Amino acid sequence: MTTTANPTRGGLTARALPPENLVTAGEVAAREGTAGRPRAADSSAARRAAGSVPSAATGGEAAHPTAVDSGARHHRPAGRLVGASVRRREDPRLLTGRGRFVDDLHPAGVLHAAFVRSTVAHAEVASVDLADVLATPGVVAAFTADDLGLGDISARLARPVEEFVPTDMPILARDRVRFVGEPIAIVIADDAYAVEDGLEAAKVTYRTLPPVVSDTAALAPGAPLVHDNAPANTLVDVAMFATPGIDEVFAGAACVVRVRTKTGRQNALPLETRGAVAEWIDKDGQLVLHTCTQTPHQVRTVAARSLGLDEQAVRVVVPDMGGGFGIKCVVGREEIAVAAAALRLRRPVKWIEDRKDALTASFLAREQRYDARAAFDAEGRILALDADVVCDMGAYSCYPFTAGIEPLMASAEMPSVYRVPAYRVRGRAVTTNKAPTAPYRGVSRPQYVMVVERLFERAARELGLDPVEIRRRNVITEFPYTGVNNITYDPGSYRESLDLCERLVREEGWYEAKAAAAAEGRHLGIGYSCFSERTGYGSAAFAARKMEVVPGFDIAEIRMDTTGAVTVTSGTQNHGQSHETTLAQIVADRLGLDLAKVRLQQGDTDRITYGWGTFASRSVVVGGSAVGRAAAKLADKLLVLGAHLLGTEAGEVELAPGGGVRVRGDHARAVPYTAIAEIAYLKSNLLPEGCEPGLAATASFDVLDDGTFSNATHACVVELHAGTGRVEILRYICVEDCGVAVHPQVVEGQCRGGIAQGIAGALFEQVTYDDNGEPSATSFMDYKVPTALEIPDVAIHHLETPCLFTETGAKGAGEGGTIGAPAAVLNAVNDALAPTGTELDDTPVTPETVRNALANGPRAAAAPTGEEDR
Amino acid sequence: MKPAPFTYHRARDTEGAVRLLAELGDDAKPIAGGQSLVAMMGFRLARPRHLVDIARLPDLDYLRRDADGALRIGALTTHHTVETAGDGALGAGYAVLRDAMRWVGHLPIRTRGTVGGSIAHADATAEWCLLAVLFDAELTAYGPHGERRIPAAEFFHGFYTNALEPDELLVDVRFPAPARHAALTEFAERHGDFAIVSAAVTLDFGPEEGAGPGTTPLRGGRVALGGVAPTPVRVPEAEEVLAAGGRADAALFAECAARAAAAVDPPGDANGSSQYRRSLVRTLVEQALEEAVNR
Repeated sequence: MTTTANPTRGGLTARALPPENLVTAGEVAAREGTAGRPRAADSSAARRAAGSVPSAATGGEAAHPTAVDSGARHHRPAGRLVGASVRRREDPRLLTGRGRFVDDLHPAGVLHAAFVRSTVAHAEVASVDLADVLATPGVVAAFTADDLGLGDISARLARPVEEFVPTDMPILARDRVRFVGEPIAIVIADDAYAVEDGLEAAKVTYRTLPPVVSDTAALAPGAPLVHDNAPANTLVDVAMFATPGIDEVFAGAACVVRVRTKTGRQNALPLETRGAVAEWIDKDGQLVLHTCTQTPHQVRTVAARSLGLDEQAVRVVVPDMGGGFGIKCVVGREEIAVAAAALRLRRPVKWIEDRKDALTASFLAREQRYDARAAFDAEGRILALDADVVCDMGAYSCYPFTAGIEPLMASAEMPSVYRVPAYRVRGRAVTTNKAPTAPYRGVSRPQYVMVVERLFERAARELGLDPVEIRRRNVITEFPYTGVNNITYDPGSYRESLDLCERLVREEGWYEAKAAAAAEGRHLGIGYSCFSERTGYGSAAFAARKMEVVPGFDIAEIRMDTTGAVTVTSGTQNHGQSHETTLAQIVADRLGLDLAKVRLQQGDTDRITYGWGTFASRSVVVGGSAVGRAAAKLADKLLVLGAHLLGTEAGEVELAPGGGVRVRGDHARAVPYTAIAEIAYLKSNLLPEGCEPGLAATASFDVLDDGTFSNATHACVVELHAGTGRVEILRYICVEDCGVAVHPQVVEGQCRGGIAQGIAGALFEQVTYDDNGEPSATSFMDYKVPTALEIPDVAIHHLETPCLFTETGAKGAGEGGTIGAPAAVLNAVNDALAPTGTELDDTPVTPETVRNALANGPRAAAAPTGEEDR
Repeated sequence: MKPAPFTYHRARDTEGAVRLLAELGDDAKPIAGGQSLVAMMGFRLARPRHLVDIARLPDLDYLRRDADGALRIGALTTHHTVETAGDGALGAGYAVLRDAMRWVGHLPIRTRGTVGGSIAHADATAEWCLLAVLFDAELTAYGPHGERRIPAAEFFHGFYTNALEPDELLVDVRFPAPARHAALTEFAERHGDFAIVSAAVTLDFGPEEGAGPGTTPLRGGRVALGGVAPTPVRVPEAEEVLAAGGRADAALFAECAARAAAAVDPPGDANGSSQYRRSLVRTLVEQALEEAVNR
């Protein structure tokens, strides 16, 4: 494949369009028209950055400023679907209530399951008596771990025991429980009501052990052990980088700043809770497990292993999904227990997690503690970064990522978008008597970006620099850039996004609004965050983390039928990202087909060879490239057969728009795909010699280097209300660059949803535990997920630095919003608090802490911290 | 989150509902909008063996002005009915009831939840409980022995407990006198949440023609708080400031708010410490007074 990288104005890079033999006429014309022109300049945002569009904003209307219109972003060649916000193919069924989610499945005779769960945080299980459960009206069966004899879920890193301690997770607790909510027995009944009656009749006796309910308690000398094989409750302890001489750099630096922070434990909170319907199908000799997972093949692998079946005897099918955000990309124990019950009873069994269990006993996320320092020279250039990261992973490692997922992500990528010459990091995962954690949208990046961005703001304050200017002096501008963390960053618009974002804030008048507010005694603050997001991790990147199970590639298979329509499979797994639309756009473009002629198939391990599902913003990068390549392979065969029918050579023909093959330069000589399909299937006697019947192709894609980095700058303007401590977000601006946006509206949806979740972490959501390890939040009354009334509208502007190695130039866009928002919000809050001298670094920032900070007024004269040293 | 087994009964009329409640005894609960009870049953925190559905009782869904100026609200009137009531139904003297409805949960809750249900549920931060206390409302209970009237000040006994007998239904809420200068405000982290603290006030400028904030000294006023005690409370210490005959200005409001904050000893919990709640009292009372005077 030919690609041309054209370095252009502003450091952005344009990329040539796909190879000629796969390009429609419209594309060819457009390609000629765009040759050598930076794609980014097509967006109105970029035009604005280049200064050709006058400011639309006047400022002075603080609460309702005139937003700069993000405008018609992506110029694209006529007829090309990639880049167009076409109508989502999922919408008609989802918006009219015709989606089919796991809870919509009602096989005849289905039974309902629920779990007897531990009521204590840490104990030996002395006895489990289910006699009264079985006597409860409507209860059909109840099983303990001993009854089912299932294999544990076993997640491993290929690291020595000093760096990683495995903690296998039993499907049902055997002799020990390690968190409130841990499943001990599965109860199966005729309906969802009777099953809960059954749960109440269970008698479990415990010999309680002292619970470990915080990371600091876990690491305290002499702490009780959550897992007897994990000394100091430490599951992962990796010192990934330590630049020689870094201590001397700190000692000699003009400015050293420090940030200590703790981020709250959160719930990723998909609207659809977890669930499964399992059924043994005699005819196929298969256990069919319908479950809402992001990773169907991984569920199959674990289920088969745990049940002692070959993988071909387990079929995992994924219906429509109502979100996942990461907690559904790990394998849960409940779905395996449900499968085992269905196998045992030879009847379909359904389990739908209720919200209380989803809030307390599902996978949680995010709780981390950082102690980070950064050294700067007098001009504000960063010299060194040193961080100690402790992640409270809860009771068990998750499969397949292990408890290493968070500390290793933070360790590998913390230098962020900056040229950091010296770096030292220690990343630890500790185990506690709390519900286990799973990767949640962003995975450590919301936290370390917050820490790094706080370090820069603090250094700016100390050095008397503008907070945007200090970033400008440090962001990576030359690409590819290989960092101190041994990662090579592909081209991005770090500097451009920062400049544009700041400019938008200025044009809208927020700096004047802040000054005016201060004069009135009100507290406005402006905060930024600048970051990148590695997307499309390939097998090389995961192998670098030393996972024993190494995700990465994707395989796509494409078939054209006799009507000229195609079905394409992808090992990615849509759970709200519009894959049915976006992946089809890529295929339709490659084949010159109408979008309606392309159908995507996902989420069925019997129909997909193997897939890694959807997580880590990989789908459009890896899956999108795989479907593109499969379509290209199919196109090769279509060209061969088309040429045969046209009586010429394959080199003389090209694909024609609308679905056919034509002779180059003689477009009247053409055959439609249906004619080609006819000889491929219905008249194979007419096939050229040596050509096999059928129209199908398989292709795979893997990212063999360090992946591709999307990037963005966020700006947030807040007002703090002195009387209540309320943090009101007045404005939120996101300038993002995910390369070529296959479907800009979908990208914007990702940004908005991600930013909402980031704001939730910064200001609202937290799962807390009391001293006994009892979780506080059992309903939405206590777990304060913000609603549309708390989340502001977000202005989104696009830059486009195409990825150099994906089929479409797209980078991933799934997580950026979540990553950037906590830092932007926290920086804005602290900017508003600056006159008081108080800085808030822990999240969530609550109204009470803000109120207290404001009430305490200007910093007391004796305040001893380094920020005073100018 | 599925309720324990229960038997469902639907009452045809108030008499029948009360008779059913009397027959079924302590194991029975009346249900109207179900916006609190059903959630509690889902968690099995409430497990009535019998539910007596009163949602379809006739003649308990009304907003009515009596000849003496009082406003009567039928127990089955929804929050949404009050929220959307025209000026003719409420008048300026009760507009605060309508304006307070935006604080009650979210729209779907307001379309099902009822005024009587909210008061009978007796949540210490519920808007209707606070309004009942603020207005010295008179609550009519109907039981096997007929009707009895209970002043709001005697109705709320503690967290989720009140003066109703198990076989009594709350049927009518009477707000005896209008209060043109009245306001309710509250604070919660999310809109629609139960308030951390809520404050409601009235200001009284006397009955004369033309009396009002610009022309007349204040003759008195009321201050009621939610979220600072097991029941909504009036704050006499703060009301004394309003009754002292001063001008209704910022200084007076600040003094009133400070007195209210000093007078209460709110409990602390995960939503806010005692000290934070006290500071909210000060903020919200002042804010409510400003709103009330500008009506």
